[in-house]
Parts: sequence; C-alpha cells; structure tokens
Amino acid sequence: MSTVAVGDKKLSVWSGGVSPLKASYGKLMMWFFLLSDAFSFSSLLVTYGLIRYSHPAWDPAVHGETFSFSNEYWPIPERVFDAVPFLHGVHLPLVFVGIMTFILILSSVTMVLAVEAGQRMDKKNVEKWMLWTIIGGLTFLICQAWEWTHFIVGTDVPTKLNMIINGEATVMEVFGANLKVNQYGPPAFADLFFFITGFHGTHVFSGVLLNFIIYYNTVVGTYQKRGSYEMVEKVGLYWHFVDLVWVFVFTFFYLI
Amino acid sequence: MAEEILDIPVQPANKAKIRKIWKVALILAIVTSIEFLFAFTLPRGIMLTSIFIGLTIVKAYYIVSEFMHLGHEVKVLIWSILLPMIFVIWLIIALIVEGGYIYFQNFISS
Repeated sequence: MSTVAVGDKKLSVWSGGVSPLKASYGKLMMWFFLLSDAFSFSSLLVTYGLIRYSHPAWDPAVHGETFSFSNEYWPIPERVFDAVPFLHGVHLPLVFVGIMTFILILSSVTMVLAVEAGQRMDKKNVEKWMLWTIIGGLTFLICQAWEWTHFIVGTDVPTKLNMIINGEATVMEVFGANLKVNQYGPPAFADLFFFITGFHGTHVFSGVLLNFIIYYNTVVGTYQKRGSYEMVEKVGLYWHFVDLVWVFVFTFFYLI
Repeated sequence: MAEEILDIPVQPANKAKIRKIWKVALILAIVTSIEFLFAFTLPRGIMLTSIFIGLTIVKAYYIVSEFMHLGHEVKVLIWSILLPMIFVIWLIIALIVEGGYIYFQNFISS
C-alpha cells in the first residue's frame, strides 16, 4: 500500500486528508449509484436469458419451413421489429431500432462535448451541446413511444393462437400485445419487452429531465458563479450509462 | 445581496481531445453497422451469438473508458467498479444453464 510521510510518522493514503481515488465525492457517489443501477438492469437481462432459454426456439424441421408467429416457440426478433414509421407494410427488419441506437450514441457524443466545453469554462458551448443532447434524448423517447404503440396495436394480419380457455382448446385471433397475450410469441416475450425497454425508457426520461436542469443552470449562470462545471460531468456519467444500457438491450433483445 | 461573479477566462478548445471524441463515436457507429450486417448475413447459432456479445463488449469498453472517462481514473477506482460485475457474469451463465434445464424438463423429457 502506498504511503505518504507526514512528519516522522508514515501514514496510509487511506488515513484521511487526501483523496486516494482522486475524484470528488459527488462523482464517486454517481459511479457507485450507476454500479447499483447496473445490477438492476442486469437482473432484468438475466431474467430474459433464463426465460428465453426455457422456451423452445423456432426450428424449421419441427415448426414448418417458413417462420410464422406462434405462442409455442420464441419469435425471431427481426421478424417482430420490422416496421418503420410512414413505411406501412414494408418489411425493414431492425432498421428503426438501428436508427434509435444511432440517435442515442450521437446524444452521448454531444454530452462528452458539453463536458469538454465545461472543463474549459466555455459557457456558450456547454449550452449548445447540452441542448443537442436534450434534443437527442427527446427524439429517442418519441421513437420509443412509436415503437411501443406499434407493438401494442399489432400488424394488419392477426395471429391464430391455440389456447386453453376454461379447460377447452380454443383458437383465438390475436392482434398486438398486452401483458397476458400477444401475437408474436409466448406471453413472456411481450412482458419482457415492456419491462426491459420500459425500464430503460424511464431512465432516458429522467436523464432528459436532469439534462434540462443542467442546461437551465448553465443558462442562468449557476456554474459560472460556482467556478466549476462539474455538475455537467456527473449528469454526463448518468447519460452515458443510459446509452451503455441501450447497447446491451439492442444486442440481447433485438439482435440475438 | 450582490453576487460575486467569477471572471474565469475561457480556455481554447483542445483540438486533439475533440478529435478523439469523434474518433470514438465513429468506432461505435462502425461496430453497430457491423452487428447490423452480421444479423442478416450469418446463420444463427452459438458462433453468431458469441460475435454479437464480443462486439457489444467492445462498444461497452469505448463508452465506459472514453465517454465516462473511467479509463483515465486511478486503478483502485477502475477495479472497484469492474470487479463487482463478476457476480453479474456468473449469474448470467448460471441462469442461462438453468433455463436450458427448465426447457429440457418441460419439452424434452416428458
């Protein structure tokens, strides 16, 4: 362990008076909050892994050569998420979610640029880049609202699901999705979609609110008076974390 | 009460730092495009899943290390953030294996 000499005594860096982690209290607390938040998201993704692997996958040899929706096996995500706004009926797998990913990554980039401007006490540029970050976050939220609406309302053609209702085998025509039944696959598929993207969307929403507070404080000159733009860095950490989670959601929910 | 306004001069933009930020952004965009391309060209299976997870970790590394600046912090801080994630990796593996057994019990052995 590293030591510093104070007078005659040798003291550990952990004995007080110095910052062994060389980061401010606020930043450290943000890091450890994000670690705990990472655990929350991991629990959702782990649940997804468990439930997905306890369901059968679509197998051409068993379920028929062409893929169709059924509650007997897990759907292929690119068949579910293949719609783009204003292009009704066109099969464009994963295009819209790809656009959403780029929007979130770009808003993360503008956030780093805001942090960089803050370190130089450049109020004008902090304002500019914070505004772009807020616009990026809002655009992402609007995209997600559209995605949810499409998922809930469903496609033009219903899926015929074999269900047992009151002990009798029944064929039910299903449009869209709710927490009990959906046209894409087993009920757990839609449940996990709502929980995982919903929990992430809530984070994006609170991130946009925090970004707006930072933007407001920058404009009224709070940080200029304080002589430091460290608050931009702390909220920046949170915003990058939201982007980081989306990278994992994109892979595990949409690609695999 | 009159507020004292600190007159701290604006420092010039650090060109190299800004260029680095855009370089990382470009890497993230390219990796996402590659993932997108692979999703439609390669057959599904363990191979493709591993590629996707590998590329996701590459993206996570750049976001955490450069955007969140963790790569430039002191070692103790880096490890105190990264080490607890070991439990998550263990839990993912354990429960995916468990899911496989649930599938076997529900759909194969009966």
